[in-house]
Amino acid sequence: MPAVSKGDGMRGLAVFISDIRNCKSKEAEIKRINKELANIRSKFKGDKALDGYSKKKYVCKLLFIFLLGHDIDFGHMEAVNLLSSNKYTEKQIGYLFISVLVNSNSELIRLINNAIKNDLSSRNPTFMCLALHCIANVGSREMAEAFASEIPRILVAGDTMDSVKQSAALCLLRLYKTSPDLVLMGEWTSRVVHLLNDQHMGVVTAAISLITCLSQKNPDEFKTCVSLAVSRLSRIVSSASTDLQDYTYYFVPAPWLSCKLLRLLQCYPPPEDGAVKGRLVECLETILNKAQEPPKSKKVQHSNAKNAILFEAISLIIHYDSEPNLLVRACNQLGQFLQHRETNLRYLALESMCTLASSEFSHEAVKTHIETVINALKTERDVSVRQRAADLLYAMCDRSNAKQIVAEMLSYLETADYSIREEMVLKVAILAEKYAVDYSWYVDTILNLIRIAGDYVSEEVWYRVIQIVINRDDVQGYAAKTVFEALQAPACHENMVKVGGYILGEFGNLIAGDPRSSPLVQFNLLHSKFHLCSVPTRALLLSAYIKFINLFPETKATIQEVLRCDSQIRNSDVELQQRAVEYLKLSSIASTDVLATVLEEMPPFPERESSILAKLKKKKGPGAVSVPDLEDGKREGGELNGGGERGPDSAAMSASNASTPSPSADLLGMRSAAPMSAAPTSAGSLLVDVFSEAGPAAPSAAVNDDGFLRFVCKNNGVLFENQLLQIGIKSEYRQNLGRMYLFYGNKTSVQFASFTTTVSCPGELQSHILSILRLNVQTKPVEPVVEGGAQIQQVLNIECLTDFSEAPLLNIKFRYGGALQNLSLKLPVTINKFFQPTEMTSHDFFQRWKQLSQPQQEAQKIFKANHSMDTEVLKAKLLGLGTALLDDVDPNPENYVCAGVIQTKGQQVGCLLRLEPNGQAQMYRLTLRCSKDSVSLRLCELLAQQF
Amino acid sequence: MYMQSIHLMQFMLLFSRQGKLRLQKWYVPLSDKERKKISRDLVQTILARKPKMCSFLEWRDLKIVYKRYASLYFCCAVEDQDNELITLEIIHRYVELLDKYFGSVCELDIIFNFEKAYFILDEFLLGGEAQETSKKNVLKAIEQADLLQEEAEAPRSVLEEIGLT
Repeated sequence: MPAVSKGDGMRGLAVFISDIRNCKSKEAEIKRINKELANIRSKFKGDKALDGYSKKKYVCKLLFIFLLGHDIDFGHMEAVNLLSSNKYTEKQIGYLFISVLVNSNSELIRLINNAIKNDLSSRNPTFMCLALHCIANVGSREMAEAFASEIPRILVAGDTMDSVKQSAALCLLRLYKTSPDLVLMGEWTSRVVHLLNDQHMGVVTAAISLITCLSQKNPDEFKTCVSLAVSRLSRIVSSASTDLQDYTYYFVPAPWLSCKLLRLLQCYPPPEDGAVKGRLVECLETILNKAQEPPKSKKVQHSNAKNAILFEAISLIIHYDSEPNLLVRACNQLGQFLQHRETNLRYLALESMCTLASSEFSHEAVKTHIETVINALKTERDVSVRQRAADLLYAMCDRSNAKQIVAEMLSYLETADYSIREEMVLKVAILAEKYAVDYSWYVDTILNLIRIAGDYVSEEVWYRVIQIVINRDDVQGYAAKTVFEALQAPACHENMVKVGGYILGEFGNLIAGDPRSSPLVQFNLLHSKFHLCSVPTRALLLSAYIKFINLFPETKATIQEVLRCDSQIRNSDVELQQRAVEYLKLSSIASTDVLATVLEEMPPFPERESSILAKLKKKKGPGAVSVPDLEDGKREGGELNGGGERGPDSAAMSASNASTPSPSADLLGMRSAAPMSAAPTSAGSLLVDVFSEAGPAAPSAAVNDDGFLRFVCKNNGVLFENQLLQIGIKSEYRQNLGRMYLFYGNKTSVQFASFTTTVSCPGELQSHILSILRLNVQTKPVEPVVEGGAQIQQVLNIECLTDFSEAPLLNIKFRYGGALQNLSLKLPVTINKFFQPTEMTSHDFFQRWKQLSQPQQEAQKIFKANHSMDTEVLKAKLLGLGTALLDDVDPNPENYVCAGVIQTKGQQVGCLLRLEPNGQAQMYRLTLRCSKDSVSLRLCELLAQQF
Repeated sequence: MYMQSIHLMQFMLLFSRQGKLRLQKWYVPLSDKERKKISRDLVQTILARKPKMCSFLEWRDLKIVYKRYASLYFCCAVEDQDNELITLEIIHRYVELLDKYFGSVCELDIIFNFEKAYFILDEFLLGGEAQETSKKNVLKAIEQADLLQEEAEAPRSVLEEIGLT
């Protein structure tokens, strides 16, 4: 069929296109276009009414000009006029113009919608399809408002033609995507599910996309689709290659429909009905078997279509994650593809294996391919394939192969493509930290990273190695020795100088015994790099020097001389100058004791999520690091960056979290005036909001409790926040009852799926708070889907049966972009929430105080102030605690006394509190006396962390 | 453990080896400016790739599936968890449809009959999802429309097409 006979015969258009093609320069093209635009404008404005044909031709020219990339600001009206033409081609061009140049001009939208409405009710299937295509292409809210109720009717009406049904299904899908609130479920929904049984394969193909989308949001309403989908799939999979006629594609029966069916099934858990499940497993086995059969055609289309189904089936198998046999078979199949001659298949096999690596059933099977994957990393010619190989190595890494994988990644880094170096560096750093058994290996790895790819080692990575060295005294000597050796290299990266400066400044003494690394040698080595470094590094080195003066008094004279020279003390950079001046002065006037106190070794850093992991997440977006996340749950911990359970010191650190610098903040205090002032700096913001100085808590896989402590004295606020999710709390308590409103806000633009929350009470609490935090029967459990930018609410009813000390745990799970997110938070339900304030006179107070004089009834703590000691702030906190704050009771007006009764279902516990601040020493003494010993202890524990 | 949200194709672009855009179909709402930027960046990225490279690449937060047919590149953007191979075959089926309709389609056919290329695409893919995968059925729909047109305009078209390349 010759092409020309198909054209619309718009000669003017063809001439115009030829002209444009003949233009020799961009300028000539613009000139020709402007001429044409002027011509069209005059035609549209002219007195003579244009006939339909001319209008169509000019509108088409405008469209062509627009598609060339030029702006079009007129002609919309003429296009809308074409919509109501009774000539098909004119109507068609009108619709095309509208679809391509959507304009939210409200005047026009009304006219367009009118024309669409006429065509939809015309009962002419060709016109109906045109109108539906237009709605699907534009998909605006205005169109959804106008047609969201009409289209379902067309879709399920008995007399609708198949082709119209197909268009209606996908049109509805588009509207549902843009305006889900306007597409109301109804009687039509059950009939839509049955379209899966339709005789016309095209109708099934179109309808299943709609059904998949609807079932994601309303899984229960659509769950009958599972068995229908399984039987449809089974019929396709077992059909001979010619049965489906034109729906067979290169000897593969209905590949698109098969993929869509397998995808629909991924919205649901494995079928519960044994027969359905059996049939499905049979289908999956058949698909895996077919992959082993010889190809029916040599054409790539045949193998692509066949493998498209195979990969989708593997996705489903991974989604179920419950059939070890299928998982291992899938893995073996992918293993074959790893060595396939088609680059595309190797790429996809690497990608798909990444998800298999996270299943406990197939993790070991994936690991057997390690050599092939390493080889791919070394030999693949396409960087995107190498990237996949690196991802897979990262995913399959565990304690058993970490050393090998890290070594391979390091050696790959030497020649790696620039575009992936930074990510590779982060991944190596994470694996080295996560699977470090001995820390000397970890230190070696990171220093190697800096050596090989120093430019790509971000702050997070070198901050982290310092944090870890400071926290682990068994590695400090080794770190000092290694970094000292690394610094010997004639050209070493500035990041190495930073790490070296910091570590020698802290732990240089550990290697000072060896004359080859005596204090003066160390200093000279560091100082030999000084003039090559940037200002921040020089500032760091100056701090290292003053630390040297403290560690090695014999270096004092040499270092003072350096500090005193003009290039330091008169440096044009204020920061450097200030450091030089202050350090010089400090070293001259301070006594040895003072110097030793000021320049004391850094305290351990609080354990928390590795800042480099956070960085990788940020860099790669959600999903990218999901694999190690999942591993955490399955394998035993012991990582140095574990959950934060590192003995007593970590508990103490987390209490003072608010005042330690955040991971992204300046670890070394370089940007603050001087390192000595690294003490709490939150004072400035106290007046603004006394309770929320801690800011957004770090995202955490382990239980997060900084949020928790901020709620002891308040009931409302933000409990948790990371890049994805914000959780707000409002709560109210009366007597022994409470109600808590949780607000889950999706901060992203992507929906959270399978959103579930559970509340559990650890250990003892189970038996104490009965009907613990049971979800209110009046509200449904949380919506399974949280749309991008949306917020959902959940109500918890709480009843306190008897006193308790452990808080309930809230566990939140959801999928974001395919990755499972799992979060546990301590819910801020503390015993003091059930206080009833009790007013009493001074006399009464002290009488009761004396009555509660048994030693175990009293709990006392003396502690350093962590927050402002301002009277108003303290009063606000004590009131927030729930007790009555009693004036004129304590003879010392500086002291605070409070009284209250804790209401539990079983009993009432009277409590008296006395808080004695000592402003000069910045200390408090807190005393509690309660009629129940355990309550005194618990309250004392909670409150000691509040002031 | 895997996908949860429905993945529609985000857009489809056809461009020449010289980087000229021949067809663009957007299935997600984007401003004109964003569309231009995306097309420009993506065309550059793909043209820079070597012939034997893999047909898939990660690009921003999308997955790009592309294939070259003679002087034209066909390129689809899908979401992260979409099936790459079936998308590759979507492209191939569209090429087959164009080929069958125009008879050994070449770039010029698509330049001079761009509106037809759009109409065929709409019959095949709607809103980014496969609407009708049977070649026969798609072409039947387009031919029916052509018949309607020829009835209306038969006298004019024959004369006007003479002398065109």
